[in-house]
Amino acid sequence: MLGKLTLSAIPFDNHIVMGAVAFILLGGVAVLAAITYYGKWGYLWKEWLTSVDHKKIGVMYIAVAMVMLLRGFSDAIMMRAQQAVAEGASQGYLPPHHYDQIFTAHGVIMIFFMAMPFMVGLMNIAVPLQIGARDVAFPFMNSVSFWLFVVGVVLVNLSLGVGEFAKTGWLAYPPLSELKYSPGVGVDYYIWSLQIAGVGTLLTGINFFVTIIKMRAPGMGLMKMPVFTWASLCTNMLIIAVFPVLTVTLALLTLDRYMGMHFFTNALGGDMMMYVNLIWIWGHPEVYILILPAFGVFSEVIATFSKKPLFGYTSMVYATMAIAVLSFVVWLHHFFTMGSGGDVNAFFGIMTMIIAIPTGVKIFNWLFTMFRGRVEMTTPVLWTLGFMVTFTIGGMTGVLLAVPGADFVLHNSLFLIAHFHNVIIGGVVFGYLAGFSYWFPKAFGFKLNETWGKRAFWCWLIGFYFAFMPLYYLGFMGMTRRLDHYDNPAFQPYLIVACFGAVIIMFGIIFQLVQLYVSIRDREQNLDLTGDPWDARTLEWSVSSPPPFYNFADVPVAGEIDSFWAMKQRGEYPHVPREYKRIHMPKNTGVGVFIGAFSLVFGFAMIWYIWWLAIVSFLGIAGSMIFRSFQTDVDYYVEVEEIEKIESEWLEKVRSAGKKSMAESTLAENGEPQVAH
Amino acid sequence: MIKAKYPGFVKWLSLCSVVLLSGCKAALLDPKGQVGVDERSLILTAFLLMLIVVIPVIVLTLVFAWKYRASNKKATFMPNWSHSTAIEVVVWLIPCVIILVLGTITWKTTHSLDPFKPLETKDNAKPITIEVVQLDWKWLFIYPEQHIATVNQVEFPAHVPVRFKITSDTVMGAFFIPQLGTQIYSMAGMQTEVNLIADHEGTFDGICSNFTGDGFSGMTFKAIATSKDQFQNWVSTVKQAPLQLDQAVYDKLAKPSEDTPVTYYSSVKPGLFKDIIGKYMNMNSMQMKSGS
Repeated sequence: MLGKLTLSAIPFDNHIVMGAVAFILLGGVAVLAAITYYGKWGYLWKEWLTSVDHKKIGVMYIAVAMVMLLRGFSDAIMMRAQQAVAEGASQGYLPPHHYDQIFTAHGVIMIFFMAMPFMVGLMNIAVPLQIGARDVAFPFMNSVSFWLFVVGVVLVNLSLGVGEFAKTGWLAYPPLSELKYSPGVGVDYYIWSLQIAGVGTLLTGINFFVTIIKMRAPGMGLMKMPVFTWASLCTNMLIIAVFPVLTVTLALLTLDRYMGMHFFTNALGGDMMMYVNLIWIWGHPEVYILILPAFGVFSEVIATFSKKPLFGYTSMVYATMAIAVLSFVVWLHHFFTMGSGGDVNAFFGIMTMIIAIPTGVKIFNWLFTMFRGRVEMTTPVLWTLGFMVTFTIGGMTGVLLAVPGADFVLHNSLFLIAHFHNVIIGGVVFGYLAGFSYWFPKAFGFKLNETWGKRAFWCWLIGFYFAFMPLYYLGFMGMTRRLDHYDNPAFQPYLIVACFGAVIIMFGIIFQLVQLYVSIRDREQNLDLTGDPWDARTLEWSVSSPPPFYNFADVPVAGEIDSFWAMKQRGEYPHVPREYKRIHMPKNTGVGVFIGAFSLVFGFAMIWYIWWLAIVSFLGIAGSMIFRSFQTDVDYYVEVEEIEKIESEWLEKVRSAGKKSMAESTLAENGEPQVAH
Repeated sequence: MIKAKYPGFVKWLSLCSVVLLSGCKAALLDPKGQVGVDERSLILTAFLLMLIVVIPVIVLTLVFAWKYRASNKKATFMPNWSHSTAIEVVVWLIPCVIILVLGTITWKTTHSLDPFKPLETKDNAKPITIEVVQLDWKWLFIYPEQHIATVNQVEFPAHVPVRFKITSDTVMGAFFIPQLGTQIYSMAGMQTEVNLIADHEGTFDGICSNFTGDGFSGMTFKAIATSKDQFQNWVSTVKQAPLQLDQAVYDKLAKPSEDTPVTYYSSVKPGLFKDIIGKYMNMNSMQMKSGS
């Protein structure tokens, strides 16, 4: 009746896990109780959970990503603490079967359930607004994507309290991940959480690809798109190209584990090398899927706050495209030590290095954007500068690893770990956090507290160097990754420093949360009345903050690269159309939530071999889709009166803010025109 | 604010110098064999070559950010300047040149350091072959020429090329003696190979450098390079050992165990290494059931 599921699946004897589970349960109950107490269930359901508005979906993505950052970071600091103490006879406080789950969960969570949703969230908030669209191409599908991603999150967290997570490393190489060597449900949790969330990501990729290609404002040719939109376009092309590979790879592993097939087994013709190739054919483009939007954020931030157009826009676009294309022909550099011949290794090594060229060009372009500008040292700019210094170092160690002869000794060492955290933290995380503080006022209508934002930045930056520079050196000392204990006493001082670095990063995360709290508390003082708090250049800033649910009352004409900047120069901001027309909008729907709920039950049933439940929930998914396809009442028109009311309220705010800023600018020492800050 | 940015940067620089100066402590910077020496110089060459771009970029980032900060009204401000063909040519060209040089080095060294390539010594020493089997969670070394076997300790003469033939009788692992150079994956049903040499006598740490499950951290072994005479003496000692590695003993050894002590076997079932690989290859083998 319940498949493999029994009460013994709950690890009552593991106090750390039980503590975490209790914490999550208490937190969950507290949140649910608060919602009930304040009577917000109706609001939550109507305005958020069933929303098909890209801005709200974006906010929900980032909220979940932040929660998962806490989970992933807890794993990280537990690992650092374990390695700091587990020298010689000491085996540390984590037994291997627990430690192995932690490092697997850390990697999976940070990539799939922190970085990916953060990126998708930023895209959701910014891309449609940047291209002058009223929503994404398929708003309902957007909601489905989000809920499928949430299913992945819930499954990963369920594995903490019910059963176990994979003990294989974040890519679950077979044969270790085959049934023979991993008989538990850990790998099954891994498979189904990634599989379901991965489908969501693929749908997102299709959705945004179509949105960017088909829904740009009139006049916005491809070479006039904002750079973040360009980066998003490349990222979504990569998603469409490679996520099916992940789906198939995991499906083959599933067939091995569930149906006794032999795609990747040791015997009967199975070939684990094929899995390693396939997973990296997805996996390498995946890191570019993460980093390209971060590059896009930096481009927006550095241009906006340098008060200049981005230097070398065309170069930047070609560099982004070049990176996207090259990312398909480098996957083998993840396993130079698997026995390929010299020609093959050298080819993939050199292709990898070539990626450094467009990446280097990008860095130079950001540099020359600052050149002869007026760089305002806001939090997003600090993230950008921290990125430029840190990422350059990470890029260098990356090129070093791309040399097969060097990789032969550095592969799988802590040098490798330091390298990819160097580019993922220094590039992806810094970029997303820059985007977070940059677009926060757009999403919520008030700015984030700068003081706490800067404190968070410095903790992250300094913490990063303390945490990962020792790891580079440990790599040279011959320390490999994923050790739960080690015999070499010389490793320990460096690991203690690394643990200290993780603690500093912890303060970075705490300050980020304090920043949120303080900013919400003091929001009245930081209101963004105009919709353009940074005196920015792209279309998302031409509407109110937060934007009206229909985004643009009148679809803008975008004839320049920095269209909004040009509008301001021409005195066309704020834009008042001659007459408003009614706007066609999609209706909210709960079908996405139901598809998600059925998918969750389906994933859980598959993990625990509860076949009847799997069938029922699968029928539920199919039924929901069929139901949706017969729904005809899915859209409506926003009437002119409502639009006029919303727009005139905003225009009133802009005018009053404008007067205030005129008064301020006459006081400014050099008399340069400034818009409200 | 910008000034306070220096700590990270200074730390990196000082760490670099620590790396370079304390080289005698870090295994990869203190190689004991030709392969490792070549790989160290490759790493340092590539590193220095890249510093040609990396240092200016970091310095320019800090300088530009400081000089063009908004509060510095004396600095030139060109709010519409966003294109310069000269600069763009330079920023594309410099990385191209460096990658061209590095790519050439890469092509050459990838072939010269190919793990499968037999090593040559000045005195044309005849290589010794050692067969390596990665088990859960220990290493078995079979000496096909000496007809002996050991667990978690591998001894060989210095100044003589060693040809390690590697396989696995379980999950995928990786065979690595950091001070001698190149690591390579060990995979069931397949044989990989790595050719190494010790140019100094000594005892070096050996590890498994690909995660293999619960007992992974304990998969360490000692690699001992001795003189030729000492090696012969050691072989004789092993030949006195009471244990013999026949199929039954091997099957027992292959079962998962952790922290297995160093063990010597005075003889080995002929063809054992081939059988270990072959049982995964031969579809009709009786031993199929043990592989999955």
